[in-house]
Amino acid sequence: MSEAAPDAAALDLEGVTCAFAARGGEGRYVAVRDTSLTIGAGEFVSVVGPTGCGKSTLLNVAAGLLAPSSGRALVHGVPLTGINARAGYMFQSDALMPWRSTLHNVTAGLEFHGVAKAEAVAKAREWLTRVGLTGFEDRYPHQLSGGMRKRVALAQMLILDPEILLMDEPFSALDIQTRQLMENELLELWSADRKSVLFITHDLEEAISLSDRVIVLSAGPETHPIGEFAIDLARPRDVAEIRMQPRFNEIHEAIWQVLKSEVLKGYAQSKR
Amino acid sequence: MRKASGDVKISGVTLAFCQALLLFVLFGTWYVLTETGVLAPFFFGRPLKVAHVIWEWFASGKIYPHLAITLLETILAFVAGSLLGLGIGLWLALTPLASVLADPYIKAMNAMPRVILAPIFAVWFGLGVTSKVALGVTLVFFVVFFNVYQGVKEVSPVVLANARMLGASKRQLLRYIYLPSATSWVFSSLHTSVGMAFVGAVVGEYLGSAKGVGYLILQAEGVFDIDTVIAGIFVLTVFALLLDYIVTRIESRLLVWRPKTAETEAM
Repeated sequence: MSEAAPDAAALDLEGVTCAFAARGGEGRYVAVRDTSLTIGAGEFVSVVGPTGCGKSTLLNVAAGLLAPSSGRALVHGVPLTGINARAGYMFQSDALMPWRSTLHNVTAGLEFHGVAKAEAVAKAREWLTRVGLTGFEDRYPHQLSGGMRKRVALAQMLILDPEILLMDEPFSALDIQTRQLMENELLELWSADRKSVLFITHDLEEAISLSDRVIVLSAGPETHPIGEFAIDLARPRDVAEIRMQPRFNEIHEAIWQVLKSEVLKGYAQSKR
Repeated sequence: MRKASGDVKISGVTLAFCQALLLFVLFGTWYVLTETGVLAPFFFGRPLKVAHVIWEWFASGKIYPHLAITLLETILAFVAGSLLGLGIGLWLALTPLASVLADPYIKAMNAMPRVILAPIFAVWFGLGVTSKVALGVTLVFFVVFFNVYQGVKEVSPVVLANARMLGASKRQLLRYIYLPSATSWVFSSLHTSVGMAFVGAVVGEYLGSAKGVGYLILQAEGVFDIDTVIAGIFVLTVFALLLDYIVTRIESRLLVWRPKTAETEAM
């Protein structure tokens, strides 16, 4: 876009506050208060926080699915109105269309953009190969395993070549081995063209092993960032091996000091 | 896959034999009771006479035009009722204001015993096919309408948000998300709606017509020919079973993407 400042960050959240009508109609529930964060171009940023702290709310604001009560989102320096067309979104739960085969789930985005059928199919086959799903083109989502469905979702998102990837605990439903495989694959795909990534997770180890920077959120309500850590581990990384490094443990220890009290707060609230 | 047998430990052949035996016993009892005069044949008919009537119908080919008319009415009522239900269901589900406005009237019309509309339709559309189709449509419409309405309301918000992120416009959401989701609900109610269309056709014929199996029954009843009435009922029953079988075949074709509860998930 021509009006974008050349050195603008890929994604900027400025003083975002999200308030919802409280259950029962009385008063309001402030999920996120006055949060600002910046994702540089080509940067992989993770946001960690206790469960139920409004992480997904922030991501929905960045995606343009949710308008903040106050504050704004900037994409490459341009205020966001409506859906963020330069972003791809990977959801926590299954978001594939159950009535479409693997192949046609992947072509969907191109179809929506008016790309010719033959071209869309050819491109989708290419992407299915890249995520290791050759031979599964005609399966329906319910015939695939959880890991395979995530791969389809990944291909579905990446086929549109978005500049920004928004990922909402995408691998949280997977078992630990599949999860590490998927994390490595994500890193490999990401390192090929260095998109800007905003990755939401509650798993600190996942956040450290994937990211350039980790942002810690406070427990809800009125969530806001309480810490920011640069992850100076060398790339390329292997998420299983990197956990053995002493530097990984140092970073983990430092972030956990900040995160711990928030997790306990969040836990106490969830018990109430 | 074993179906009707469920958990019962019985082989398919034995089961079929026992079911046939049961049928034979029922007909045998009926035969003996009416032949010996325990049940008056005037009121209960005679199985052999009934069989003879059915044989005559098919041997002479006299039944075919009537079956064709009933089938035509069923199909037309099903198609028209489904399209109407799909269209209005989608419209009301996607425009909350219209939905709130129409709500009490939809409920009232659904509560109304619609068979009672048959005389009005007969006056409006005459004794031909149209009045039966109209009656069938009023029955099919509500089955489809409520299913479509439910289908649209229950579209997963995540699937919807995902499609929007992938760049779907409002019209594309309707075509690629709401419509497939709603039609899947229509297909899952196929048995009920085809059954309703059939009921509409036969009841319409029975209440006033010049053709159709319902008309045959009406004629026979007029001259107290109970054998023919029962023969008509049997023909209709077999016909309904046949329709149901066809629907099952179509259904399994259209809903391949749906997980079956008994099916093991492929890894």
